[in-house]
Amino acid sequence: MTTSISAMGGIVRRKEDPALIAGQGKYVDDIRLNGEAVTAFVRSPFAHARINSIDTSAAAAMPGVVAVYTIDDVRHLGPVLAQVPVGVMRPLLADGAVHHAGEAVAMVVAENSYVARDAAEAVMVDYEPLPAVVDMKAAVAGATKVHEGSESNVLVTWFSHDWWPGVFELVDHRPAIAEAKERDDVVVVSQEMTNQRLIPTAIEPRAVLADWNHGYNRVNLWSSTQMPHALAGAVAKTFGLPSNEVHVVAPEVGGGFGAKLNIYPDEILTVFASKALDRPVRWTETRREAAFSTIQGRGWVATATITGTKDGKILGYELDGIADMGAYSQNFTVAIPVLGLFVAQGQYDIPLAWQVSCVQTNTQTTDAYRGAGRPEASYYIERIIDMYAAAIDMDPADVRRKNFFKKEDFPATTAIGLTMDSGDYERNLDTLIADVDYAGLRAMQAAARAEGRYVGIGLSTYVEVCGFAPSVLAEFGFGWDAYGMPTSFSGSGLVRVNPDGSATVIIGTGPSGQGHQTTWAQVVSDRLGIDYDSVRVTHGNTAESPTGVGTFGSRSAAVDGAATYEAAEKVGGKAADIVAHMLEASAEDIRFADGGAHVAGSPGHKVTWAEIAEVAYKPHKGPDGMEAGLEAHAVFSPGNATWPFGSHLAVVEVDPDTGNVEIQRYVGIDDCGNRINPMIVDGQIHGGIAQGIGQAMFEDAIYDAEGNLLSGSLIDYPIPAAGDLPAFELGWTNTPTDVNPMGVKGIGEAGTIGSAQTIVNAVVDALAPLGVKHIDMPLRPRRVWDAIQKARG
Amino acid sequence: MHVAMTVNGREVSGDVEPRTLLVHFIRENLRLTGTHVGCETSYCGACTIQVDGAAVKSCTMLAVQADGATIRTVEGLADGDQLHAVQEGFWERHGLQCGFCTPGMLMSAASLLEQNASPSEDEIRHAIEGNLCRCTGYHNIVRSIEYAASKLRGEEPAPPDWTMDFEGVS
Amino acid sequence: MYPRSFEYLAATSLDEALAALADNPDAKVMTGGMSLIPLMKLRLFSPSLVVDIGRVPGLDAIDDAGDHLAIGALVRHATTASSEAVQSGAAALAQAAALTGDVQVRNRGTTCGALAHADIAADQTAAALALGATMVARSSSGERTIAADDFFVDTLTSALQPDEILVEVRVPKTGAGSGSAYGKLGRRGGQSDYAVAGAAAVVTMDGGSVAAARVALTGVGTKPSLAAGVAEALVGTDGSEAAVAAAAARATEGVTVLEDLYGSEEYKAHLAQVYAGRAVTAAMAAAS
Repeated sequence: MTTSISAMGGIVRRKEDPALIAGQGKYVDDIRLNGEAVTAFVRSPFAHARINSIDTSAAAAMPGVVAVYTIDDVRHLGPVLAQVPVGVMRPLLADGAVHHAGEAVAMVVAENSYVARDAAEAVMVDYEPLPAVVDMKAAVAGATKVHEGSESNVLVTWFSHDWWPGVFELVDHRPAIAEAKERDDVVVVSQEMTNQRLIPTAIEPRAVLADWNHGYNRVNLWSSTQMPHALAGAVAKTFGLPSNEVHVVAPEVGGGFGAKLNIYPDEILTVFASKALDRPVRWTETRREAAFSTIQGRGWVATATITGTKDGKILGYELDGIADMGAYSQNFTVAIPVLGLFVAQGQYDIPLAWQVSCVQTNTQTTDAYRGAGRPEASYYIERIIDMYAAAIDMDPADVRRKNFFKKEDFPATTAIGLTMDSGDYERNLDTLIADVDYAGLRAMQAAARAEGRYVGIGLSTYVEVCGFAPSVLAEFGFGWDAYGMPTSFSGSGLVRVNPDGSATVIIGTGPSGQGHQTTWAQVVSDRLGIDYDSVRVTHGNTAESPTGVGTFGSRSAAVDGAATYEAAEKVGGKAADIVAHMLEASAEDIRFADGGAHVAGSPGHKVTWAEIAEVAYKPHKGPDGMEAGLEAHAVFSPGNATWPFGSHLAVVEVDPDTGNVEIQRYVGIDDCGNRINPMIVDGQIHGGIAQGIGQAMFEDAIYDAEGNLLSGSLIDYPIPAAGDLPAFELGWTNTPTDVNPMGVKGIGEAGTIGSAQTIVNAVVDALAPLGVKHIDMPLRPRRVWDAIQKARG
Repeated sequence: MHVAMTVNGREVSGDVEPRTLLVHFIRENLRLTGTHVGCETSYCGACTIQVDGAAVKSCTMLAVQADGATIRTVEGLADGDQLHAVQEGFWERHGLQCGFCTPGMLMSAASLLEQNASPSEDEIRHAIEGNLCRCTGYHNIVRSIEYAASKLRGEEPAPPDWTMDFEGVS
Repeated sequence: MYPRSFEYLAATSLDEALAALADNPDAKVMTGGMSLIPLMKLRLFSPSLVVDIGRVPGLDAIDDAGDHLAIGALVRHATTASSEAVQSGAAALAQAAALTGDVQVRNRGTTCGALAHADIAADQTAAALALGATMVARSSSGERTIAADDFFVDTLTSALQPDEILVEVRVPKTGAGSGSAYGKLGRRGGQSDYAVAGAAAVVTMDGGSVAAARVALTGVGTKPSLAAGVAEALVGTDGSEAAVAAAAARATEGVTVLEDLYGSEEYKAHLAQVYAGRAVTAAMAAAS
């Protein structure tokens, strides 16, 4: 259907889709191996309890049950590996005590899933309940310990001026801010706000299938993971295998959002069982179980304070908060707030004094969920700046503009010493203001208010940090060294022109819907002129890709994409030599386009890729001394992260009788530099906004005081449905980066980072005439109505 | 118990326990794995199929209830190589990302268009409320179904609404 | 996701089903399964025998019996919602059926099944109560009728005995000068999902004044409840905005309101008033 596709701005139907729309996509649970057994877990009904005994005899005796395992069987394998091992690591199965409701206590292996569940019910566990601590503030106070015998529930406190001692020399702004508070021309606006805990809820539950082969002493592992190489490393390290004897495949992955970015006990345990039983073993999560077996996200309570002049100049921004880590530390856990710190000051050139304490509670572990610290950070700065604007009676757009980093400030240094690559915040916000006719919207709002209606306009800007770099940051804890994989923040791309002239591209990512096959094919097709339909992209396979860091932190396009771009350039260089030899021309004059190569200025003087490939694989036909074959691998290590940004606006109407919020418009103007496939980039923003709205409006992982999760099924954990959301109106500015050769920035998390506070700002704006100043998320009707009643006295 | 039914035009049968869910019969016995399981409370809709012409959630039916029924799954949407209009719409309008909800979403969309040839955006959004998607924010799903509706009516679909107005490239 | 084991009977006649229920006190009858199967999958409920009456002939019709509509045990929510007879004669029930679950649930679940399940946040329960429906319960020992007022006993508990099947619900038709309506606030806002609170109303107008009214609430307590105070206050008034507001203020008189994840007692009591008022207003509009 096409010849070469423009790598930049080219719209093309996705390569992923034909299989998926036919029901032929293969997710882990769609793969079946001969002789496989399935597992089910026995899970604790208590949030904190001592385990006096576990009686597996009745379960083990049931027909169809293959084995029942407890910690005694797997203790020798150690705990689940964590990349940032601060706190208590999760044992593979509860070891003497449980520390959150739903913690796995025993594993049943059976012939089918029905029998496995029957047997799990027959495992008898004698629990001795212990006091649980669920509330974050109570956990900090520490009267009850999450883990008996521990000294404190607080694991670490991150300070903005001292977040990486010895690496960054930073100013402590606290004294200056305290001094500013004494000034007469200054207001101090402060609010405690909750950024509630969320359940990620990828629609595909996690699944894992392990097949240990004793003959080869090798394991094949299929997992719905975002980081196949790291998983291979962790399995190898746990079982004492060389990493090349662990073959991990992440086939189709049905959404990840950070929740599939962990080494999970079930992954290790299925490998263990497969090895022990000498047969393939599978585990597939159920939705209810996912609330206990997959990490959760967010869960902060913090007080944000702005100290600023009455004419809108911010003199200091402080955040004093607690972040809930849950009972165990897994992959990043305590490092997630640091990602928030990276963007704590938003788009504003302001003094920052930030401190967040990471506290354990008797709840499920928290870790990366879409945005991972950055939505929390953006929420606090963007909510408090709105409250500051209200306090000084200044338009929220004007306050923001007044404090922006200016275009000429870039590359700009943040308060914590990081360098932001490029930005033009004012132009981005101005584009939004113009596109929506902001003045007209405010006039509409005034008219609605005159009719007694509660219409609100909410605004938020955000800055995001994507594709963490430089590589030294991996030393802070964001690489995979704990999994036996010395890691830099590099990307991997391998481009091979096959003997028939088609191309195979192998990348080191672990995507879950982001369209990498399409985007990378566009890049290679554009660089080499190979027909888009002749480029095949594979990913998520440790036997194919030499290295791979995975897909997280909105890094894939800017890092692995750039690696692929460079690999294609290398292949192009060799191919140019071959073509020059074939056409008796100079290599500098060779151009690739339209399925082959030609000599610049004489398009008729050309060869096809099949012809080039034939020569490439027959060295005697090529230039003297040519090595046979036509492929190149590139590893790209960017010198910096990329820092996309944007401005979002929502229009809402509140029914004061019920507290019901209707989102009437949602507009986003984002900037991720150049866009490879604008269709896919739009889609990333759409989904991100929906998840931010989900947090703003509906979602809440609610634990009771005893640590029972009250909202663990989709009945009580409502995620947005189609009827809950408006059509999204998107626009773009383009401020490219020089961090990578394509000028692209990440976009996977931006929508989520920009949206929750946009909605809350809009709802609070709607209710401003009643005196409502803040409502904690989620803005379920009851919360909104309660706030109205409180404001009305 | 023995069950027999017609699935995607093919007569199939098998022996199941009474408790075997229809979705498990379809996935395990028939090995038609396009129909997915995303929850156990009849909320997510990833398991949506047509039973006797109506969209239903196959995780909330017992296989024995479907004895004698005529069933259509996502694998039966296309006519040979000819995609169903909703499949074409989802491909043309980026109606899917991870693809896990897609089979159920397609079955709901096809069912809607069988009953309502010209649904409004609001009608589309409410018709797919029993199908949860975590990737797309539904925007492009709605556009995909509008595309399919136009095609089925023999009309030219509206142009895509993704934003091409970017400001030059460096 | 995986129910416990049970025996299954695909009844071919009501008598066969009733005999099975009589013989097995632990049996559960199933029509569409939309309420039963999720509970079984979560292993929250595990009957030893499921009696499936989904194939019993003669139970899937809506019959216009003159003064009432007879809705059979197998009439699905979608059918109730789209039936012209229900839309014109018992609009509140059609509206409630249209707001039950989602498309797929409405294609499988049955109106009688939803009534018998007696979920505290269901939609059609309130409509049936406001409309003054009569439940027809049959067992192997005979048939009896139960007024809607007496049918809803407690959370997930109706007046049906374990050996009885709700074979039909008889819904009086609103005649000339009468109208009915249902509305709710859903859990995700708007009217989506289970009711945080909802109300159905039937109002009969006579020469510019309210001659009769019945109002029922859902979502606010342990069971759907008649809001008798609203009807009492409304009858005899001119149905003005002020009269409706004054009547609606009595929505929770005699009703036990309970807190849940979606609302405090105070909020739910307030919503009861709001939706009682809205339902009355809509019913009056339909009556004229």
